[in-house]
Amino acid sequence: MDIFFQQIVNGLTLGSLYAIVALGYTMVYGIIQLINFAHGEVVMFGAMIALSVVSTASGSGFPPLAAVLVGILAAIPACMTLGYLLERVAYRPLRRAPRLAPLITAIGMSIVLQQVAMMIWSRNVLSFPQNLPVILYEVAGASISALQIAIIGLCLTMMAGLAFVVYRTRLGAAMRATAENPEIARLMGVDVDRVIAATFVIGAALAAVAGLLVGIYYGLAHYTMGATLGMKAFSAAVLGGIGNIPGAMVGGILLGLVEALGAGYIGDFTDLCQYGIFDAIFQARCADGGNLVLFGSNYQDVFAFVVLILVLVFRPSGLLGERVAERA
Amino acid sequence: MMMVLPPSRVKYFAGVALVATALLVLPFALSAAGTAWVRITNLAILFVFLSLGLNIVVGYAGLLDLGYVAFYAVGAYVYALLASPHFGMHLPFWVILPIGATLAGFFGVLLGAPTLKLRGDYLAIVTLGFGEIVRIFLNNLSQPINITNGPQGLAQIDPVRIGGMSLGQNGTLFGLNFSGPMKYYYLLLLLLLLVIVVNLRLQNSRIGRAWEAIREDEMAARAIGINTTRLKLLAFAMGASFGGVAGGMFSAIQGFISPESFVLTESVMILSMVVLGGMGNIWGVIAGAVLLSFVPEMLRYTVVPMQMALFKRLLIEPEVIRMLLFGLALVLMMRFRPAGLWPLRARQREFDKAVGE
Repeated sequence: MDIFFQQIVNGLTLGSLYAIVALGYTMVYGIIQLINFAHGEVVMFGAMIALSVVSTASGSGFPPLAAVLVGILAAIPACMTLGYLLERVAYRPLRRAPRLAPLITAIGMSIVLQQVAMMIWSRNVLSFPQNLPVILYEVAGASISALQIAIIGLCLTMMAGLAFVVYRTRLGAAMRATAENPEIARLMGVDVDRVIAATFVIGAALAAVAGLLVGIYYGLAHYTMGATLGMKAFSAAVLGGIGNIPGAMVGGILLGLVEALGAGYIGDFTDLCQYGIFDAIFQARCADGGNLVLFGSNYQDVFAFVVLILVLVFRPSGLLGERVAERA
Repeated sequence: MMMVLPPSRVKYFAGVALVATALLVLPFALSAAGTAWVRITNLAILFVFLSLGLNIVVGYAGLLDLGYVAFYAVGAYVYALLASPHFGMHLPFWVILPIGATLAGFFGVLLGAPTLKLRGDYLAIVTLGFGEIVRIFLNNLSQPINITNGPQGLAQIDPVRIGGMSLGQNGTLFGLNFSGPMKYYYLLLLLLLLVIVVNLRLQNSRIGRAWEAIREDEMAARAIGINTTRLKLLAFAMGASFGGVAGGMFSAIQGFISPESFVLTESVMILSMVVLGGMGNIWGVIAGAVLLSFVPEMLRYTVVPMQMALFKRLLIEPEVIRMLLFGLALVLMMRFRPAGLWPLRARQREFDKAVGE
């Protein structure tokens, strides 16, 4: 039971990080129907920039929390600029091209960004300065760290902030109008180009924070970290219904839970010894409390893709999404 | 009676003969520059192979597959498992290659069946996930029963043997010295010829035209009675089986494989080759694959000494330049020449139309 609760907490932490990244995918998709493949790389840049800044800041005597704050303040504008440039250079010129074209440039950009990051930060796995005090709370047999609470809290705050922007401001109204129909929005006086750029920039700002938090949570950063993270967040966005903002939040948290619980229990479920029926075949392995685990927790990364494929096959519109046209 | 060929045909055959002779003599010329270049050429042929396979999926049928390397991996692992000390099996290559091709094709159908009704960009991301899943499995299937030997990979893979002659070793034939890589070169060239013929025949066949119809307008294709799902599956399966054959050859040539060789960037590289040359155009794709295989290697030999001379140290590693080249090729091609360097006429029209809308 305590393992169960522990995995729930871990899943919530992971899930709220996925949700923040998924929001970036879903907002862009909602507005111009483009999968921004390079979004994962923006997260990676956020983590890398934050890591450099936090290291330097704590090296020059900043208190740990202040160093992290400086890191965020540096990463956010940098990533926003990156998001803007990405849109200007790689996507805007291709807005009227066939769908395949921007998708291919997106992949190209993510490769380029990875290589640039590698040139700046080397191909080694970098470790985040571990100077935040580790505070653990024991709740119902699970240990929850202050960091986890902070991550969940911060992510929820950002989601609330985003919801406010999208549903309660002029910019948000323009974004929703553009998503609905860019041509009509233009006729109504919406500066569509600016709205699209703003969408990228907001997504990138969220990505910057997510990058920093992922870096601190795992204590690591690497130039390839964006690819897997991006794919998982995309899966989360699809799970919730791509283009749907509450959907991305729900999808992210659900995916985090699935991953954490899956990794926690798959080993037990696929232990052939516990089922008895195979005893005759695997006697040698199962005797004396031995086990024959087919899939261990090292398959954790597979869950997101399996979820993605299942959702796309059985409910392509996602949990909260409206029905999307099948036509490309 | 002697046949008299019209002059244009004579020119054509003379051209073919010239190219054929050049390709036959090439390894001797390359050997003079170093056996490494023959190896590079062999890998380039493998990439041509892969690009032609992916071209069926991306170029002909217009389905963006970002997990193509998974099929390459399947072919490579099938070969490695059936011809290495790992399981103690040593089947001949002409038995394994068809098995690898079939199994890869089967995986193609396995991936395609549930996903082909998805929209293009969803398909891209699902195939990308599929590629990753295959790699994760290769990395982890050493437990509980050791099948793939995990991250350590499989070593001591048998070289190809033809009638008692191993292609892995040097030897003399007809009084000429052939190094191992040179023998592989000729085998690869033969296989490549086969693949090109298959591709050319496909392009102008009923199937090829149906694929083109699907690519241009799936709705309309369905309306005129094309079974789009079955044809898309066929494209996936055929593309995949080409990847499987290429993987088998890769295993035999390298003698060692590990999951490291089958990462996402490989898929992207193959895609860049297809895109650079011009999706759907066989000769363009071949040119793209050759170009993107050789240019990075040449850079390796020029950029490193140049940097050493200028800055006294290595600022940018050749590997980075290579990847940057691939990434930039994708971005710049889509921006300025979306139909490729050697575009297919129909494809060019498609892009022009889209931009002019």
